[in-house]
Amino acid sequence: MEFLLQLTLNGVVIGSIYALVALGFVIIYKSSSILNFAQGEFLMLGAYVCVSIVGAYHVPLWAAFLLTLAFFAVLGILMERLLLRPMIGEPVISVIMLTLGLASILKAIVQGIWGTETIAYPTIFPSAPVMIGPLPVSQGYLFSVASVGVLLVLFSAFFKYTRAGIAMRATAFSQQVALSMGVSVQHIFALAWSIAAVVSAVGGVLLGGIRGGVDGAFAFFGLKVVPVVILGGLDSVLGAIVGGLIMGILENLAGGYLDPIFGGGVKEVAPFIALVAILSLKPYGLFGKVKIERV
Amino acid sequence: MLVLKNVEVVYDDVILVLKGLSLEVPNGKIVALLGSNGAGKSTTLKAISGLLHAEEGEVTDGSIELDGQRIDALPPEQIVKRGVFQVMEGRRVFEDLTVEENIVMGGYTRNDRAGLKRDHDLCFDYFPPLKRHRNKLAGYLSGGEQQMLAISRALMARPKFILLDEPSLGLAPLLVREIFSIIQRVNREEKTAFLLVEQNANLALQIADYGYIMESGRIVLDGEPEKLRANEDVKEFYLGGGSTTRYRNLKFYKRRKRWL
Repeated sequence: MEFLLQLTLNGVVIGSIYALVALGFVIIYKSSSILNFAQGEFLMLGAYVCVSIVGAYHVPLWAAFLLTLAFFAVLGILMERLLLRPMIGEPVISVIMLTLGLASILKAIVQGIWGTETIAYPTIFPSAPVMIGPLPVSQGYLFSVASVGVLLVLFSAFFKYTRAGIAMRATAFSQQVALSMGVSVQHIFALAWSIAAVVSAVGGVLLGGIRGGVDGAFAFFGLKVVPVVILGGLDSVLGAIVGGLIMGILENLAGGYLDPIFGGGVKEVAPFIALVAILSLKPYGLFGKVKIERV
Repeated sequence: MLVLKNVEVVYDDVILVLKGLSLEVPNGKIVALLGSNGAGKSTTLKAISGLLHAEEGEVTDGSIELDGQRIDALPPEQIVKRGVFQVMEGRRVFEDLTVEENIVMGGYTRNDRAGLKRDHDLCFDYFPPLKRHRNKLAGYLSGGEQQMLAISRALMARPKFILLDEPSLGLAPLLVREIFSIIQRVNREEKTAFLLVEQNANLALQIADYGYIMESGRIVLDGEPEKLRANEDVKEFYLGGGSTTRYRNLKFYKRRKRWL
């Protein structure tokens, strides 16, 4: 029983990081119908940037964290300005290819600057665990789950009630019609990329804190999140979070119970098996919007 | 006053669509722009509203002036802010936004809360069905209701000029009449000027103060609606029921080489 709980808990924690990265995916997809395959690289870069700021300027970690966020907000805007603005009006598939290229470039830049060795993270969270029932839970775990919860509420409200949020959804439906309303599509894209980059950086720093170090493997989170967003529905904030948690838990349970039987490897495959099963039942994902067809 | 002078529009750097088009829309008037398919009516509207840029189109010559200031190089959001709003062909509501959210998007460029609230109520006043369906997704509305929503979005921007592209497209005749009478009402009560592009020339000339007829990128005829209606060519080609075609004459018709 305790083994099951422990696995589930680990799943929830990893799942909440998945959810953060998925949130970035969803925000960009919702405003521009583009899949950003560089999301995992943003996460990795976020973790590196934060640890470097701490190392270089000896500022407290929270200050480094805020600086990282500011850096990513600007980075997101730059991405839009330099890479996406020239692509307005081009087919979506070319833009998606562009994000794949961006992913490789970011990976190369990170390796060039920080090398391939693992860089140790300063302790973010106090190491004394909190007891939840019989389980000792590290504070970092609690914090990451809580921050995902807060972001979920914030972004759901943002898309539903603010004009910028509604404009993002409108832009996703049709850029041209949004333009005709006087929406500056460029501003909307910049905002979306900025938010997505910031959210991923939060995920990167949390993950660095939990793992105690950062290395190039962080980028794989981007790939793992693809089934998450498809599972949850590409355009649903709630879907990103629920999908993230489901994937995290599934992966850990499969790793704990099935890996010993099959001799390993199930952990990596399990999310994709679940993905196929769910998509065959719900083609738009769990919470994805169904395309309206009037008859 | 919205003035187009000798406007030329080129798509993809090669295709010349408007070939020196000039027209005027005075403040508070309804001007009809008529013409057959492919004459360049929609392109004219997009040239004014700045939406051409998103389609690789460009105003290469001539000028578009709003109250004496050139607007042809401005991005669309600036043009909306200055009071020119295009209602695109085929309604184009945001299908996965609610009716309410669609209306909010119409007022995107404005910040005066009181005014927005007033115009919001005004939309529901003009179009009661929208109030009934305010929380429904716009994609589930009927065609007529979607057209009402598209016009409401325009009203929310409180523009001086509304460029209306084929409001009758795909609607039942009764609904078309209703939409047109509301256009008239908006024009009368809010002093909004309309540049109305229509295939249904008969109806358009009934409510218009002035009319232009376009053919392959140029204005070929313009005048008061009465004058246009009286014109034999207009009767024959746009209004229907003009002089009856004499089929006996048709067999004497022989194509000539016109470039000789």
